[in-house]
Amino acid sequence: MTTPPAAGPADPDATVDADPNAAPAPQPDTAPNVAANPQPRTAPDATPDVRLDEPAVRCTDLSYSFGDTRAVDGLNLEVAQGEIFGLLGPNGAGKTTAIRAITTLLPVPAGKISVFGLDCARKRMQVRRVLGYVPQQLSADSGLTGRENVDLFARVFDVPRSERRARVDEALTAVDLTEAAGRLAGTYSGGMVRRLELAQALVSAPRLLILDEPTIGLDPLARASVWDCISQVRAGTGMTVLVTTHYMDEADEHCNRLALMHRGRIRAMGAPGDLRADLAAQLGADPARVSLEDVFRHHAGSGLTGADHEGGDFRDVRRTRSTAARLR
Amino acid sequence: MSAAPVPPLPASAEAGTATATATATATPTATATATATATATATLTPGPRPVELRLLLTPPPARRAWRLVLARAGAMCMVELQKLRHDRTELYTRAVQPALWLLIFGETFTRIHAIPTGGIPYLDYLAPGIIAQSAMFIAIFYGIMIIWERDSGVLTKLLVTPTPRAALVTGKAFAAGVKSVIQALVVVVIAALLGVALTWNPLRLLGVAVIVVLGSAFFSCLSMTIAGIVLTRDRLMGIGQAITMPLFFGSNALYPVAVMPGWLQAVSKANPLSYEVDALRGLLLGIHAHLALDFGVLAVAAAVGVTTASLLLGRLAK
Repeated sequence: MTTPPAAGPADPDATVDADPNAAPAPQPDTAPNVAANPQPRTAPDATPDVRLDEPAVRCTDLSYSFGDTRAVDGLNLEVAQGEIFGLLGPNGAGKTTAIRAITTLLPVPAGKISVFGLDCARKRMQVRRVLGYVPQQLSADSGLTGRENVDLFARVFDVPRSERRARVDEALTAVDLTEAAGRLAGTYSGGMVRRLELAQALVSAPRLLILDEPTIGLDPLARASVWDCISQVRAGTGMTVLVTTHYMDEADEHCNRLALMHRGRIRAMGAPGDLRADLAAQLGADPARVSLEDVFRHHAGSGLTGADHEGGDFRDVRRTRSTAARLR
Repeated sequence: MSAAPVPPLPASAEAGTATATATATATPTATATATATATATATLTPGPRPVELRLLLTPPPARRAWRLVLARAGAMCMVELQKLRHDRTELYTRAVQPALWLLIFGETFTRIHAIPTGGIPYLDYLAPGIIAQSAMFIAIFYGIMIIWERDSGVLTKLLVTPTPRAALVTGKAFAAGVKSVIQALVVVVIAALLGVALTWNPLRLLGVAVIVVLGSAFFSCLSMTIAGIVLTRDRLMGIGQAITMPLFFGSNALYPVAVMPGWLQAVSKANPLSYEVDALRGLLLGIHAHLALDFGVLAVAAAVGVTTASLLLGRLAK
């Protein structure tokens, strides 16, 4: 399956360096400094040279195997800058493996994945600087307060001491946890923990936020609060969001585009409405009555809840269940 | 609800990030931060809570090389101290075992006079050994902790930050060191209460702290290395049990090397714990020790430990 070219109003057409209007225009007084003080130190791990004319994520024919199991099998994917992109599929479809490859956790050959034009194999540290990542498991430290949890990530992303407090405050405010910030994270409810993890990811001002099953195991109210946070932050910062989920209704409501994954491959990709309309046209059905679940069943040969897939391996299931159990 | 069009980037956010990136690559920070914060103000309007995100639009500048490693070590130590502040139970429960060693084993063997200590009371001789032992027990726990962090997602998330694996391992090793130093202080106080004549010279105590940090760095890395090999908590717990006792008894913590059989002397010579105990005895009791050798061996052991644990950490990430 080939990828349609990423496009959209949020896809800027020039790099920072090339765009004459982007940088110096609002503050003419810094222009002389730019000329006078060229950045003296440019280490390979310096501030990432993010390219604004590249897609936020580009996977080219990505495959990854664990032993004999081919978890991701020839994945081609482009996530445009600024969109909320959903990666859907049942357990074991390869979503998490794809995410772990994009987040530089898995060793992937050069040329397979790039994030804002940065190659995930060659420029690992720079890629990590533009990423905010919330894994599927509960990753907040229950022995620390909410504020300390966010503060740790401000530190490991090199936020200077002078602005650390303000930045942590802002991140906590953005997820509506200011009042609970002094309490141990162990006392938080499931939805609060997820929002705290969001704050941890936001404190470094990432350009790409990657959320692996952010609403797994949450009750409907908490799910709504987590999505509210994601949408608000997304609207306020213009960051790109890549999210995996197996809740079709969430994907339909919140994602600009999505890809349906099954057995390591993408079976369909596009805006949720388009996917439904296409299938409706194909079947001659009423578009209003076609659901994403139908689309998935059509392309994958079975529904998300279908009986013909194994639903992930033991470790997958255990992880999902323990996450769900702890969030309740 | 379907295909909502991609909302355009807020103009101010766009300008802000662009400014930040451009200035960060072009000029050092003072003016850059000022202008970035001035222009990059975005307000979240769509929700019920309008929220201002100024700083969250500008990525922080990168630290490099040794400053990055120091910052990461600082961050990990800070986490350890914060946790101890919230819950001191571990500090107290971990004080029980060394107290019993000193009180029961120490007092008894002081009376028996069975172990040649070179003229000092056996309790005094034993105290540095027990400090080293309790520090080692804390450090050995770090492998289990890192597997727990892997299972819980904490480690995964840290591995996606701009933190090289060696910096992460170094951070953990120093965190183990900080925790061990606090534990060592507790044991020093217990020993002093039992009448052990320890030094109170601040320089020597500083030396004790350095030695304890290096020793704990090595043992925590040993444990994290094994964690990287065996990968599961159950196996590591078994191995942890199996190695701590031989490390302890195969050292000079309880008795001088001279009374050991030849093969055990060889083991003791290869055991970093022996060098840690030797240095602690020299520093705390003022008896003859090979401080330079001890320090050198522990520093090299810690460096080797950090290297091997960093190389194997990737296995935990998969």
